[in-house]
Amino acid sequence: MKLLNEEVRAQLQQVFENMKTDVTIALFTKESECETCKETDSFLNELIETSDKLHLKHYDLDENEDIAEKFQVNVVPAIVLLNHQEEYQRIKFNGIPAGHEINSFVKGILEVSGAGVPLPEAVAERLSAITKPVNIKVFVTLGCPHCPGAVEKAHKLALMNPHVEAEMIEAQTFYDLSEKFNVSSVPKVVINDQYEFVGNQSLEVFMEEIEKTQMTVQ
Amino acid sequence: MDLQLDIGLMNHTKDNSSSQILPDYVDVAIIGAGPAGLSAGIYAQRKGLKTIVIGNSTGGQVNDTSTVENYPGFSSLSGESLAHKFYDHAISLDIPVIKETKVVDINVQNKVKLVKMDNGNSIRAKAIIIATGSNHRILGVKGEDRLAGRGVAYCAICDGPLFQGREVIVAGGGNAAVEAAIDLSKIAKKVSIVHRSIFRADQILIDHMKKLQNIDVYLKTQILEVLGENRVTGVRVKSKNTKVEQIIQAEGVFVEVGYTPNSSLVRDIVEINGRGEIKIDSKMQTSVPGIFAAGDVVEGPYKQIVIAAGDGAKAALSANEYINHLSNEEELNNEIA
Repeated sequence: MKLLNEEVRAQLQQVFENMKTDVTIALFTKESECETCKETDSFLNELIETSDKLHLKHYDLDENEDIAEKFQVNVVPAIVLLNHQEEYQRIKFNGIPAGHEINSFVKGILEVSGAGVPLPEAVAERLSAITKPVNIKVFVTLGCPHCPGAVEKAHKLALMNPHVEAEMIEAQTFYDLSEKFNVSSVPKVVINDQYEFVGNQSLEVFMEEIEKTQMTVQ
Repeated sequence: MDLQLDIGLMNHTKDNSSSQILPDYVDVAIIGAGPAGLSAGIYAQRKGLKTIVIGNSTGGQVNDTSTVENYPGFSSLSGESLAHKFYDHAISLDIPVIKETKVVDINVQNKVKLVKMDNGNSIRAKAIIIATGSNHRILGVKGEDRLAGRGVAYCAICDGPLFQGREVIVAGGGNAAVEAAIDLSKIAKKVSIVHRSIFRADQILIDHMKKLQNIDVYLKTQILEVLGENRVTGVRVKSKNTKVEQIIQAEGVFVEVGYTPNSSLVRDIVEINGRGEIKIDSKMQTSVPGIFAAGDVVEGPYKQIVIAAGDGAKAALSANEYINHLSNEEELNNEIA
C-alpha cells in the first residue's frame, strides 16, 4: 500500500528543501511479533525518496542489541532520528508516525537537520537548569489532531538539553504500555514514568512537570 | 488503525508570522483563528484594513471534527483539511497570523485599544473582533471530573482508537454526538448513545446511525453519575418517562453535549448573556463601540462552521464601516503616534 500520494509527496519535497544538513532515520524492527514493522518500513522507504538529505538505516532489535541499547530502543517498530554525523539526538518515535503524526515526524526531521525554530527565551532559560535525566513519553493516536503538537514540544525540549529524551508512543500499537500508564485520552504526557498530564499543553506546563523531577533524590 | 496521512505542514511551508516583525498598531485585531476569525481576517484584509489574527488554536474546533459534510462547496472533507483551507486562504492574502498565542487582556479605555498577549507582546488596534469560539461543555455529573482522562473523554476522533473492542457510551444528542457514535461504532464493540431529550442531530445522520447494529439508543435518559474507581466502569442513568434508574456498563464515556463560549477575556468589558455568550447587534457590534464579535462565542442558536464564517465576514465589514466613520481621525492618529 502506498501511503504517499502525489500531493503529499510534492508537499514533502517542498518542506524538506528547508533541511540544512543530512538526517539519518534509524528504523528498528523484528522478524516476528511486529504487526506494523513492514508498513513502517515501506512508509519510510517512500518518505526518504522525497529528499537527497534523508537516509534510512535498518536495525534488528535482537541482532543489533548494542545499537538498540545506545539509542535506548526496546520496542518495535521504533524510529530514531540521527543528525548528519549519525549521532543520537534523544528523540524517538515508537510506532508508525502516519496519520496526523506525520506532522511531528516531519517537524522532527527539520529540527534535527538544523532548520528548527528557537525556544522562547524564558523556556530556554528554565530548560538550561535541568541537569538530571528526564524522559518524556507522549502517547498518541494517529487520528488525533492535537497530538503532533505535544510530540513536537517534547522533542524540541529533548533536542535543546542533553539530559532530556523524548519519545512518541503510538498507543494502539503499544497497548500494554498504554494500559500500564492508564492512557484513555491522548495526547497523554508522562514524565519519568511519574508525572503526567493530558492534552497539548503549553511549554510552561511541560517545564513545570519536568522541574518536579529535579527536586527528588535520584 | 487508519494510516492515511493527514498532512498539515502549514507550520512549515507557509508561515508569515515568524518572519514578520509584529506591527505596533493595526486597524483591526482579530482574536481567534477558527472559521470566524480567519473569515473576518480575509474580509478585513481585502477591505484594505491593516489586519492581524491572534489565535491559540488555528482552525479551532473544526480540527476535532472527523468529517465535515455541510460546508457548501465541499461535499465531504476532514475537519482539519477545511481548517487548513481557511488558514491557507488567509495566509495567501499576507495576513499575519500569530499562532499558539493567547490574548490575556484587552484595554478599551481609549479609542485606540490595546491587546496584550501571553508572550508579553502587545498591539494597538482601532477595532477588535472577538472570535474566541467555544469549548466542550462538560456533563457536570458526579464522577466526571475524577475520571476525566480515565475513561471520560471529550474527543472521539482522538481517543476512540483506545477503546477498540470495548463498550462505550456517547452522551449527547446533537450532530457531534451522533457523528461520534457512528465513528466509534467502527472501533468499539458496542456504543450506547444516551441523551436527556430527543435527538436534535440532522436526520441524515440519525438515519445512518440507526442502520448500525452495535449502537443502542437511550433517549429521554439522564446521566446521573459516571461510575468507576480508577477507570470508568459505566454510568448510572434515569429514564425521564419511567423514572427507573439503571446502570449502563462501559469502559469509556464520550461527552458530546455541546459547547460553552470562551468569553472570559471580555466578561467584564462587554455585555454577556446568561449562557455566557457575547451580546451583539445585527452588525456584530458588542455593547462597546469598536469591539465586534463573531462565531461560537456570540449569542444566538445553531453553532455551525458556515455560520461562524458568515459571522466573521459580517464583523469585518462592520469593523471596516466603524473605522471609516471614526469621528475624530486627527485625535485618533495622535493617540496612535
